[in-house]
Amino acid sequence: MSEATVLGGQEVVGVGRIEGPIMVVEGASNVSYDEVVEIQDVRGDTRRGRVLEVGEGFAVVQVFAGSTGLSIDGTRVRFLGNTLHMPVAEEMLGRIFDGLGTPIDGGPEPLTDVYRDVNGQPINPTARIYPRDYIQTGISTIDGVNTLLRGQKLPLFSGAGMPHDQLAAQIVRQATLGRVAGAPQTEGEEFAIVFAAMGVKNDVADYFRKSFTESGALTRVAMFLNLADDPPVERIVTPRAALTLAEYLAYDLGKHVLVVLTDMTNYGEALRQISNVRGEVPSRKGYPGYLYSDLASLYERTGRIRTSEGSITQIPILTMPNDDMTHPMPDLTGYITEGQIVLGRELYYAGVYPPVTVLPSLSRLMKDGIGKGRTRDDHPRWGAQLYAGYAKTQDIRALASVIGEEELSEVDQKYLKFGRAFEREFVNQAFTENRTIERTLEIGWKLLSMLPKGELTRVTLDEIKQYYKGDDATS
Amino acid sequence: MANEVGTITWISGPVVRARGSRHVGMLELVEVGQDRLVGEVIGLKGDQMTVQVYEETAGMQPGAPIYGTGLPLSVELGPGLIQSIYDGVQRPLPLIEQAMGSFINRGARFDSISREKKWKYTPKANVGDEVKGGTILGVAMETDTFEHRVMVHPDDKGTLTWVASAGEYTVNDTIAKIKVGKEEKSVTMLQRWPVRRPRPFVQRRGANIPLITGQRILDTFFPVAKGGAAGIPGPFGSGKTVTQHSIAKWADAEVIVYIGCGERGNEMTEVLQEFPHLVDPRSGRPLMERTVLIANTSNMPVAAREASIYTGITIAEYYRDMGYHVALMADSTSRWAEALREVSGRLEEMPAEEGYPAYLAGRLAEFYERAGYVDNLNGSQGSVSIVGAVSPPGGDFSEPVTQHTKRFIRCFWALDKSLASARHFPAINWLDSYSEYIEDVGNWWREKTGKDWLAMRTKAMELLSEEARLSQIVKLVGPDALPYAERMVLETSRLIREGILQQNATDTVDAYSSVEKQIRLLELVLYFHERGMAIVKRGAPINLIHDLPVVDTIIRAKSSVTNEEINKLDDIQKMIDQQMGQLDAEYR
Repeated sequence: MSEATVLGGQEVVGVGRIEGPIMVVEGASNVSYDEVVEIQDVRGDTRRGRVLEVGEGFAVVQVFAGSTGLSIDGTRVRFLGNTLHMPVAEEMLGRIFDGLGTPIDGGPEPLTDVYRDVNGQPINPTARIYPRDYIQTGISTIDGVNTLLRGQKLPLFSGAGMPHDQLAAQIVRQATLGRVAGAPQTEGEEFAIVFAAMGVKNDVADYFRKSFTESGALTRVAMFLNLADDPPVERIVTPRAALTLAEYLAYDLGKHVLVVLTDMTNYGEALRQISNVRGEVPSRKGYPGYLYSDLASLYERTGRIRTSEGSITQIPILTMPNDDMTHPMPDLTGYITEGQIVLGRELYYAGVYPPVTVLPSLSRLMKDGIGKGRTRDDHPRWGAQLYAGYAKTQDIRALASVIGEEELSEVDQKYLKFGRAFEREFVNQAFTENRTIERTLEIGWKLLSMLPKGELTRVTLDEIKQYYKGDDATS
Repeated sequence: MANEVGTITWISGPVVRARGSRHVGMLELVEVGQDRLVGEVIGLKGDQMTVQVYEETAGMQPGAPIYGTGLPLSVELGPGLIQSIYDGVQRPLPLIEQAMGSFINRGARFDSISREKKWKYTPKANVGDEVKGGTILGVAMETDTFEHRVMVHPDDKGTLTWVASAGEYTVNDTIAKIKVGKEEKSVTMLQRWPVRRPRPFVQRRGANIPLITGQRILDTFFPVAKGGAAGIPGPFGSGKTVTQHSIAKWADAEVIVYIGCGERGNEMTEVLQEFPHLVDPRSGRPLMERTVLIANTSNMPVAAREASIYTGITIAEYYRDMGYHVALMADSTSRWAEALREVSGRLEEMPAEEGYPAYLAGRLAEFYERAGYVDNLNGSQGSVSIVGAVSPPGGDFSEPVTQHTKRFIRCFWALDKSLASARHFPAINWLDSYSEYIEDVGNWWREKTGKDWLAMRTKAMELLSEEARLSQIVKLVGPDALPYAERMVLETSRLIREGILQQNATDTVDAYSSVEKQIRLLELVLYFHERGMAIVKRGAPINLIHDLPVVDTIIRAKSSVTNEEINKLDDIQKMIDQQMGQLDAEYR
């Protein structure tokens, strides 16, 4: 960040105490809470940090790159007199940065005089526009039953080894502005993509880079990479830097921005690490008590505002430790975000792609972006009916495992068939398959037609008349 | 009015320590730093004070001044509250937007209540009247139809020496003068009240009138009384907010105070954009004209989240004092408890359970005890009902906030993830929920509908718990092993679940059910059960009943029959009679 050198500021030589990524600097005056510092070790290399706590004559500083090689004497700490800011520019699309926003693709620093505080500021609720425009992702389990809207935050809850990266890449590749079923496909405005990697492996970053290249999207992607072997503390800044750029693109330049954050679990661990070193009172599983507020300060940087045409849509990816959805990271994320897409191992082992476990998945905003004039009139009830039917299938499967399939009633057997077809034909689709909303609705009705009419109590009688194609369609 | 009382010595997030005057009061409102950020004194030790700051402290330095105000954290009360949206310390968000744009900056100072706006005022008291706290001096029209009753401040009393004539006044204009002893005091429509101090009343009355919400599972099965307190705990995605919104929309309260405490910004935007267009089924006016919103979203400063609950409840009590029934929604009290925990952690207090401070239960009790149906100082009656959402981590109801909340509420609406997954909404589990108001509100139902609600509700609950027991058996041996009579219980329970308990908040007809429709639907289902039971007991196979066309009609009645045409339900009863009659004849 070029302004660092411009600003100057007071310098202190020697620090009082170093413990993990935290150091206590004594003898500094006029230090501000949350101020940025530049640290120079005895060899003359510099790294950056941030003030976490400040008292009379001392400051507690968090060192982003970690404290390796810093000594009590000889370390020079310069207080830069401002909170952490970063340059933002449209030219940052197509570029690659490290976790703090410094270019690592060999190119020059972005040429701009617009600097923004990476912490952002809360959006005034009265300034927001409620999201209503759906994004067609071409994936039935999302478009059909967990619709994503522009300005929504919808995380992928996954587990180690499952294809969440592929799914995210597919969403990024296929996302276009939704249209009413039956209307002609217009050339959708393309999304600008901001990608932030926190503590993921090199392979994962490469996978995304390759995927963006193949789909020709690379020129509209800005990548912020803090990889697994990069300093963990930097991870706390990475999503903030990415979202700061996203906010500039969306709210200053009026672009539609899709933000992919991966992997939030690594972010949470970095936060926990800092909290532990500082000796804070932990809440669940050693995570700090402010984990909820901290996550909210990221996830809430999504949405639309009245003064701009643009929008920020967030797709955070989160691997649930031990596939446990009650773990604090997915749990608190689920409370803040507007739904979640859950990937399940059972479907994954059964060879279903994408292995979206439909029942625990949810899009809270779906109701406002579908139906008459948005997708199709029957969509909301059609979705509820598919859910209800699939939920019932689960009960019947449990029963069948006890008494055997042959003992089931005729209706229950139909449910079993429906359930299998739902997973094979509706959930399952190819990595390259981009389904239109009409196609998704059509598959759904085809499946519902496998059930007796009397079971379909969520859809209206008119809808049954129009779309139901089952055996007792005419009865 | 603020003078310097100390200098900052230490800063960590929302908590600041300072050294200075020993005359600063506990819980005094202070202004912190050059930007004069709002804060509150939460600890004193010698000349050291600890302050929680309601705004972002980044950039603040030790050595900066702190200014005292001599006043506790208070809210402004007067006409103009209704239709407003405030942050946690009662700053009007629309004015912040006008001044600062789409993002909330710090150091914003605005009057909570407009000083310029004129209100149509009619005096109701006369010169010479002896007045005391709560006495109604006159009425200001806060909306076209809502009467804002201007009261004497609870701490004042005396003789009226002058009253303003009917006309248009701002909240700064004198509308009366009161003589107390030798002093004369000017009274305006504006008063201040410290948020942490409950507003006084004469006495509590029993809570025996239900707060009707139009939600069948609440009104019919787990009613909350006006002046009562209810809790809605549930894991994420189980529909806490949708339920809270439904209650805010349809509850038969005259004023709604909705506190978005540490939740999503989009939720508040939804209320702001939707409520002006929704019509109150009772008054025929837009719902916004009875609503006060407090929004401290999850990314706004955490200490203000703690204050938002008190700001909301004080406003609710103020309208109660006028003689109104007020319903307050707090979504979510867990975020408020977490704010307590965060500040407590920064103070390095000894934690009790899961890092929460030991005084968590005490704070929850103080809050819920501010609900009540009371005799006001001015002789009127009013109520504050509280509906608090709880967000237990991992959906585990044994965590401290849920457990302590259960001690102070009498109505528990337990949300269930598996119901939500099956898209059964509202996802309130009928076996885990309870209401202690059932006996209390029985009389009201009898007088209102002329029907024995209590007996019908008991019968329906019996069927549902019987269903739960039978389902266990079905899971092991399949439904065919059950005798027909027991399978009839399963059939009827399905009707109760799908035809009554399930309610679609987005369906225009189904979103709100009048009490008459609710009880009539229940009556129909129980009638169906009674007729069906008689027939299967004589040996008719259950599938004949299952396949009756009327079953589908009953399930769809909730959204096909509007509140205005409930006599159509009589036709459904005739269908039951006719179709059951045929079976009856065959198996006689």
